[in-house]
Amino acid sequence: MAENMSGAANVSQEREITPFERLMIVRNKNRPTIRDYIPLIFTDFFELHGDRFYGDDGAILGGIGRLEGTPVTIIAEVKGRDIYENKASNFAMPHPEGYRKALRLAHQAEKFHRPVICFIDTPGAFCGVEAEKRGQGEAIARSLAEFMTLKTPVISLVLGEGGSGGALALGVCDELAMLENASYSVISPRGFASILWKDPSREEEACGIMRITSHDALSLGICEEIIPEPEGGAHNDPETTAENIAEFLVKTLNKKMAKDIDVLLNERYNKFRKIGEFME
Amino acid sequence: MLEDLFKMVTTRFNGDEKNETKEFRCPRCQNSCGADELQKNMWVCPECGYHARMNARDRIAITCDKGTFKEYDKDMQTANPIDFPGYEEKIGAMQEKTGLTEAVVTGECTIHGEPCIIGVMDSHFMMASMGSVVGEKITRAFERAAEKKLPLILFTASGGARMQEGLVSLMQMAKTSGAAARLSEAGVLYITVLTDPTTGGVTASFASLGDIIIAEPKVLVGFAGRRVIEGTIKQRLPEDFQSAEFLLENGFVDFICERKSMRRTIAHLIRLHRPPVKSSAETSPTEKSSDTSSSESTSKTPKERPASKENDDNTGSSGNASNAGNANSVGKSDSAGKSDRSDKPGKSEGIFGAHKNKPGKGAGKNG
Repeated sequence: MAENMSGAANVSQEREITPFERLMIVRNKNRPTIRDYIPLIFTDFFELHGDRFYGDDGAILGGIGRLEGTPVTIIAEVKGRDIYENKASNFAMPHPEGYRKALRLAHQAEKFHRPVICFIDTPGAFCGVEAEKRGQGEAIARSLAEFMTLKTPVISLVLGEGGSGGALALGVCDELAMLENASYSVISPRGFASILWKDPSREEEACGIMRITSHDALSLGICEEIIPEPEGGAHNDPETTAENIAEFLVKTLNKKMAKDIDVLLNERYNKFRKIGEFME
Repeated sequence: MLEDLFKMVTTRFNGDEKNETKEFRCPRCQNSCGADELQKNMWVCPECGYHARMNARDRIAITCDKGTFKEYDKDMQTANPIDFPGYEEKIGAMQEKTGLTEAVVTGECTIHGEPCIIGVMDSHFMMASMGSVVGEKITRAFERAAEKKLPLILFTASGGARMQEGLVSLMQMAKTSGAAARLSEAGVLYITVLTDPTTGGVTASFASLGDIIIAEPKVLVGFAGRRVIEGTIKQRLPEDFQSAEFLLENGFVDFICERKSMRRTIAHLIRLHRPPVKSSAETSPTEKSSDTSSSESTSKTPKERPASKENDDNTGSSGNASNAGNANSVGKSDSAGKSDRSDKPGKSEGIFGAHKNKPGKGAGKNG
């Protein structure tokens, strides 16, 4: 995937790392999760639970904290660091009530003029009987529509895997950043290989053509910034990674909070409105 | 999560793909009938009432008033945003096979005289997956509806996001949903009609955002593919899982409507959303409909409850079984509002009242 990465000047051009290798870095057991980053980036963090309709989804964490003194709402998909955490967070695969909790907290943020910061880190929304019964599709759709018109700044950041609609539900934002090794894709590479070639084992090959890396997302105009990771991946130095994330968030929030809300909403709409290639 | 979705929908419903020219084998009840018979029955299985897939051209023909459909963005064609190998060839082959340029047709028309904007997705074109063109045409339909203050009616069908456009197709979900949100803010009516099959990224975006969500009987509607879920839970799922009836039961569609009554139902809903006309008598003149151009139209006003006529339209065994959900829901509201029904017949009852005449089967089915 030798792509012309214009605009990614701040990222060292590590040609040797293939998209599949990046995916392996992201899936490293020791990769920091949102629970590692929160104490490194935010202060005064309070976790808030529940969607007020059905339950509390452990796959999505929500709460309020301060970013360099400014109160912000934090919404994040939660990967577990061990089997117990993963059981509690369903391996970061949210159910509809997770997205409804996210939306509840987003509207709360809107009410109190707090910016929203979303952290994306999921293989995808959960696929199961209960998820269908409770309207997984509707929950995601509602998220997409209501984040688009949410009258407060929204910044999203892909920490690890950004899988499909389950990731996009937290990805309708004013500015999207990705950690350098993070991926963002329409479907998991495995699913892609399974659908198109009827052979899930061709995952690595799928990574090669799907254009799922942060650099791809940047060149497609879908992500605005790549946040550098220490050599070998974020797990080698979570503190530095957290500093890089915080630096991006502070800079971007200041920029977005200075804008008139109508301007911000128009820009958000147009950020997505312009995506797509066609001929007339 | 969309794993197997394409495979599933094509194998499970292969019946109507192949046999368009000769014979239709119903994927629900496995009964066969001739293609002519199926077409005469509006592509509804005469045995079980399954509402089979239709192409966009036929759908427009049975939905819009004759000669009123004006297509938007007719020549829009997809590029190859992620340089996917073989994508252009695939699109070319689909265009040749279907006579369509892409998986959705949008335009303006009248339905029973009511002007509206309409979009029809066609599952014969790459399972109506959503890529750049589908996303753009749907978004423009939303924007035009907002601009012209015309109701928008979308007939959805899709296998989900289009793999061959990668992340760009995923973003069409955000783009279309954002446009839907704006239309909602503009106060314009948006109706979705879920047809077979509506799944994946389309379910998780604009299809689920209608002010009113209608489904055709027995169609497949869901987010994740059946096989994926079966793989997760290691169990076979019941036959009606992710059916229109399943969605109704779980509260995700407003009602199920037969194809035969779809035109009329949509027109009534549009009229119900017209801004009230001031200083007119209680029998509102807005109901003076211009149904003239419709082939099936029988002159009627919603006030004279057209129960018997509806019945005529709904004859056939299909009606009873497949309307179970609808009949049931009407039944409830019916008994609740019985007392005031006699003196002031509500308009909404006029539309659905027909099903009251045959509550036996409907109620039994659901109970």
